[in-house]
Amino acid sequence: MSGAVSGGPLLSVRDARVGFGTVRGLLRAVDGVSFDLQAGRTLGIVGESGSGKSVLVRSLIGLVGTGSGAIVGGEVRLDGQDLRGLSAASFRHLLGRDIGIVFQDPMTSLNPVMKIGRQIGEGLRLNRGLDSAAAARRAVELLVEVGIPEPERRASQYPHELSGGMRQRVAIAIAIACEPKLLIADEPTTALDVTVQRQILDLLQREQRERGMAMILITHDLGVAAGRADDIMVMYAGRAVEMATTREIFRGPRMPYTEALLRSLPRLTDPTHTRLSAIPGRPPDLARRGTGCSFAPRCTYRSGRCEAEEPVLSREGGRGFACFNPLGTSGGAGA
Amino acid sequence: MSDLLRMTDLNVEYPVGGGRHVHAVSDVTLAVRKGETLGLVGESGSGKSSLARALLQLPPPKAGSVLFDGNELTQMRGEALRAVRPRLQMIFQDPIASLNPRRRVAEIVAEPLVVSGVRDPAERTRRVRAVMEAVGLDPDVVWTRRPHEFSGGQCQRIAIARALVLEPKLIVCDEPVSALDVSIRAQILNLLEDMKARFGLTLLFIAHDLAVVKSVSDRVAVMYLGRLCEVADSASLFATPAHPYTAALMAAIPVPDPDIPLGDTKLRPGDPPSPLDPPSGCRFRTRCPHAEARCAAEVPPLREIAAGREVACHFPLIG
Ligand SMILES: Nc1ncnc2c1ncn2[C@@H]1O[C@H](COP(=O)(O)OP(=O)(O)OP(=O)(O)O)[C@@H](O)[C@H]1O
Ligand SMILES: Nc1ncnc2c1ncn2[C@@H]1O[C@H](COP(=O)(O)OP(=O)(O)OP(=O)(O)O)[C@@H](O)[C@H]1O
Ligand code: SF4
Ligand SMILES: [Mg+2]
Ligand SMILES: [Mg+2]
Repeated sequence: MSGAVSGGPLLSVRDARVGFGTVRGLLRAVDGVSFDLQAGRTLGIVGESGSGKSVLVRSLIGLVGTGSGAIVGGEVRLDGQDLRGLSAASFRHLLGRDIGIVFQDPMTSLNPVMKIGRQIGEGLRLNRGLDSAAAARRAVELLVEVGIPEPERRASQYPHELSGGMRQRVAIAIAIACEPKLLIADEPTTALDVTVQRQILDLLQREQRERGMAMILITHDLGVAAGRADDIMVMYAGRAVEMATTREIFRGPRMPYTEALLRSLPRLTDPTHTRLSAIPGRPPDLARRGTGCSFAPRCTYRSGRCEAEEPVLSREGGRGFACFNPLGTSGGAGA
Repeated sequence: MSDLLRMTDLNVEYPVGGGRHVHAVSDVTLAVRKGETLGLVGESGSGKSSLARALLQLPPPKAGSVLFDGNELTQMRGEALRAVRPRLQMIFQDPIASLNPRRRVAEIVAEPLVVSGVRDPAERTRRVRAVMEAVGLDPDVVWTRRPHEFSGGQCQRIAIARALVLEPKLIVCDEPVSALDVSIRAQILNLLEDMKARFGLTLLFIAHDLAVVKSVSDRVAVMYLGRLCEVADSASLFATPAHPYTAALMAAIPVPDPDIPLGDTKLRPGDPPSPLDPPSGCRFRTRCPHAEARCAAEVPPLREIAAGREVACHFPLIG
């Protein structure tokens, strides 16, 4: 059931690129990524550390500045509006209003010296024209909505007075305050314990569904992606190497890296001391990339062509994979 | 199987000013059997690392006994403790930070040999080369390099080599794969399993990822807010958790399979309480779906409910 909602995608990304000039040469952190996201759907982005997940998403919303020496390319449209040419000021406006963001460490997005209620109300005052009293009332309602007990008392506290799980709830309240169309969550629960993680993910999912927001959920935890995403994009060395519905990814991966990743996970259903199928080697150095498929040195299916030519993400029946020797026909239920 | 390590009524506290204390580890009694891997799980701040450090007397616990290989470690100081230390090693979560950045890899791995008085350089070199090869590092390639030249996974291999070089009996592994990428984790877990078999090791394996813990542990101990909730063999613990907290943890695990519905943790809403002021009675009671008045009044002792199964709950889910 992917895609075919009436109208175009909410977010459309074409050939996104981000390069950083480093002493060792140009580091291609994001190297030609394209995808569409429909309203109301959740796209999970998975991939190992350094594969470019955060840089990709930050570059879409103007958070990878050219000031840092980054070279940003490609096309990004939100609801038809071209985002690439926006000024910093327009981006700031867009961020509170149309796009909400939740990061791994809530302290990076919370202001340590501003009371929580005021932080939540700020966007409402700036973007929705509420007066201070109305914004304060709405802030308390939002605290209730994200499950914070004693919301009036909490509204007048500072971030350091809250637990990690509560801070993340506040960050979510800020992100959703102005009813954005797109919510971006970059490892929102990685720093939290599993039981708290569950509560936060439930909260995000509920808000996303009730408000019909589109969500990009970045996670390195395939379990989190399996439970929360409609579609998944697998990144490796700055590229999207596979893109499909969540069920397709887990039931019948086509790209060998996706398969290797899934097979390397310890499973609760396996008895203790079951040998894990490790992926040999490690990801390539992004500043020293050679020709061919970036996964080739670690791939058990590689052929001569894989080392000579770069596979592009080809589409087949709505799903994409970048591989010259894709794995068999996608089997399994629901595929 | 006999116990290689036995801690009894272990307590670790940290003063935080104003006469207040963090109750990091409270009255923990737990044994590690010779040749096993004992997994220790629990949420952040539950006291896993504090327990590990107290075992190694880094620093010694506030109270309690640590009996290791016939030695009461809490009564030993200086020379005596140093003589035991080679048999008891530790591996940490952050492999890069745990290695001295200014030293060369060969020196890092050789350091425990120097400290324990192996004077002959030729013998040291021989042993360092052997252990490097065992963990999959090429001595000729890594010898003179420094930690920052390696990835996290390679640094963890170096840390494992250093822990193994004195041929210890027990290695305490504190979150050894948590900082590593998914694709590297399996390599290191397999390596630990291989080293355990090859050197006849006993492992205390600390992690918060239950799937990782299950994959390597013969038995598992679950901690919550400084106390033990449950100890059981892995298969029974995962099949039929007896403590409500263990059950909640298991239901909360994100399973990498979209067709398995999310489990219900049954937790009461609210955050974990502060270890500065832990709840009376059972420390889990503020989040426990089965809590009754008795749970606030009495600390549930860790008791055996079936052969090899211990649980600290007034109303266990089985038995
Ligand atoms: N400002 C910068 N200058 C140079 N390189 C950078 C910069 N920011 C990121 N990088 C590099 O870009 C690559 C992609 O980083 P990114 O943070 O997107 O990875 P990620 O997939 O989000 O990883 P993680 O799972 O660890 O968060 C990495 O190699 C990183 O070192
Ligand atoms: N040196 C210290 N001073 C004060 N408090 C401390 C100190 N070290 C740990 N604590 C506190 O003791 C409690 C137990 O911490 P510990 O690091 O042992 O937990 P843990 O189970 O290892 O957690 P994690 O999974 O995050 O590593 C926590 O509340 C922690 O904040
Ligand atoms: S003792 Fe009571 S509060 Fe604690 S886990 Fe058992 S039932 Fe729950
Ligand atoms: Mg990231
Ligand atoms: Mg710890």
